[in-house]
Amino acid sequence: MPGSADPGFDTLALHAGAAPDPATGARAVPIHLTTSFVFENSDHAAALFNMERSGHVYSRISNPTNAVLEERIAALEGGTGAIATASGQAALHLAVATLAGAGSHIVASSALYGGSHNLLHYTLARFGIETSFVKTGDIDAWRAAIRPNTRLLFGETLGNPGLDVLDIPAVSALAHEHGLPLLVDSTFTTPYLMRPFDHGADLVYHSATKFLSGHGTVIGGVLVDSGNFDWERSGRFPELTQPYEGFHGMVFSEESSVGAFLLRARREGLRDFGASMSPHTAWLILQGVETLSLRMERHVGNTRKVVEFLSRQAMVASIGYPELDSHPDHALARRLLPRGCGSVFSFDLKGSRAQGKAFIEALKIFSHLANVGDCRSLVIHPASTTHFRMDDAALRAAGITPGTIRLSIGLEQADDLLDDLARALKAAERAAA
Amino acid sequence: MKLMVQGREAYAYTGGKPFDAALPCVVFIHGALHDHSAWGLQARSLAHHGRSVLAVDQPGHGRSAGPALASVEALADWIVALLDAAGVQRAALVGHSMGSLIALEAAARLGERATQLVMMATAHPMKVSAALLDTARDAPLKAIDMVNAFSHSTIAAKPSSPGPGTWLHGANRALMRRVQAGYAEAGHGNLFHHDFGLCDSYAGAAEAAPRVRCPVGFILGTRDQMTLPKAAAELARILKARVVSLPTGHALMQEAPDAVLQALITML
Repeated sequence: MPGSADPGFDTLALHAGAAPDPATGARAVPIHLTTSFVFENSDHAAALFNMERSGHVYSRISNPTNAVLEERIAALEGGTGAIATASGQAALHLAVATLAGAGSHIVASSALYGGSHNLLHYTLARFGIETSFVKTGDIDAWRAAIRPNTRLLFGETLGNPGLDVLDIPAVSALAHEHGLPLLVDSTFTTPYLMRPFDHGADLVYHSATKFLSGHGTVIGGVLVDSGNFDWERSGRFPELTQPYEGFHGMVFSEESSVGAFLLRARREGLRDFGASMSPHTAWLILQGVETLSLRMERHVGNTRKVVEFLSRQAMVASIGYPELDSHPDHALARRLLPRGCGSVFSFDLKGSRAQGKAFIEALKIFSHLANVGDCRSLVIHPASTTHFRMDDAALRAAGITPGTIRLSIGLEQADDLLDDLARALKAAERAAA
Repeated sequence: MKLMVQGREAYAYTGGKPFDAALPCVVFIHGALHDHSAWGLQARSLAHHGRSVLAVDQPGHGRSAGPALASVEALADWIVALLDAAGVQRAALVGHSMGSLIALEAAARLGERATQLVMMATAHPMKVSAALLDTARDAPLKAIDMVNAFSHSTIAAKPSSPGPGTWLHGANRALMRRVQAGYAEAGHGNLFHHDFGLCDSYAGAAEAAPRVRCPVGFILGTRDQMTLPKAAAELARILKARVVSLPTGHALMQEAPDAVLQALITML
């Protein structure tokens, strides 16, 4: 597909990384459900193991179907490559484990998915990696939290659940001042709504479970490298710039000037921790990615209608959607997210916990469950589910109240969603009696 | 490894093995706005199979101190000086695009010291359109995007290089941006415009070719939009080169890493 410019987003979403299968002519991406790949001969085997030749050995390390997904997401994000993982959590862990070890430190936004908060605050601390949490928009706090042993700055494009907009240009500039990379969880926005690399982020990951797959069918993650961070110049990452005895003494930054991170992540983290993606999962995510722009437009369109509806309801105390003037990050969202702020947002119901419960239980189209980014509309009560391990102080720091309701707006007819919400709001109102 | 060449620090990737000047040596010379990592798989493979490898970063590119040198001929002198600094008596020269012209000039200078010459994605003259030169001067990031698109014949090259999951367009763009930015930050200016200027102004092939004493091979991409295969035909005839054509674009080491390696093995 030669030309004077790279193909556009929708073309890449359909074609990047895949061509008709040369063996069969299959037009769709084949699912390579095989653990391993036959060597041509002993020399070929040795060359693959020594990274003298490119190819597949064992599906925990790489697989042709997964490679299509990896290349396609990298293309959509404007990155150099990607690694598909067993989940979004596995992608976050792979990023951290590649860059940090015992004695390392991370600075992270406090507005994170509860699972990410758990990993950083509790689990990684057990392995000697400490995290300081700072308010997403407080650049001075980010700066003050950086230590000599800091290895990574981390935040979500839209912080969970209050949709704090990460000021990627400002936080990445700060990170780069200190020779550090910025890792961004871009799950809520997808590359269709924002490409964090365009704003200065160095690494991006997705829970592909959400909008990328889009149908609530599979668990998966993708970790993408921009190739922009200069690990050698930073001087803080011997994992990438010094010989690694675990892989033939390889110096990853010499092998690939812009691909060192992914080389080490695949040759160490994926190899040793083993949180790889099933090729069948990769295929299902590819099906979702092919229609990503169409779905995201509809997700955002429906969300805008729901937000407008809720903003007129007496039972609604506040709505946390950055497209509203009332959101503290409205101006930043206009700058970074002109195509929309996604379809996951929270609002606060007036009244008691019982009224909140009545609201959720009266919904018929919205499904009460712990997920977002499905084509179906979803609802959850964060304080009792996704963030239940957090104490009240941590909840407040993350911008959550006991009455917060989180919605993930799907692709249904918008009028049906509004009817469902109207019915539930009435139920909540009646529950006050 | 680091070397002092013409009074400045120079870097050469040795294929993941310590350099041994006693082994048959292969020098890899990258193209415009690239560095040694353009040769990752091929250089690594040869280094692990009986060769010593020097995949250089040209002055001002990657890890080698700048500024860049003023001409293809000056870079050929630098390659000769690098071999002397490394204690290499004889070497094969492999160059890609702009690097192929440097390899030709270096082979002419080395005479019997050059064991083989492989010119990849080459053309002579290697003229660059005035519009692209202007864009490289005035809007280098835009020019990088244009050249990156021109350099690839597919958005689904398999297997990706250096490994599965690599998006070749993105990796090449990132490398070019990295090299361009490093040169500018060092205060040397616009390296892309400089490199393209070298390609465009080089006119020495007719004089250099008769001085080449070693066997010559060309590896060309049949879908190359940057250096069209037909633009290499006359030079191949003069050099009596063996020509291998691969179904790739200009970025043939990345689009067809195994086929390029196989061609190199047969030519070296």
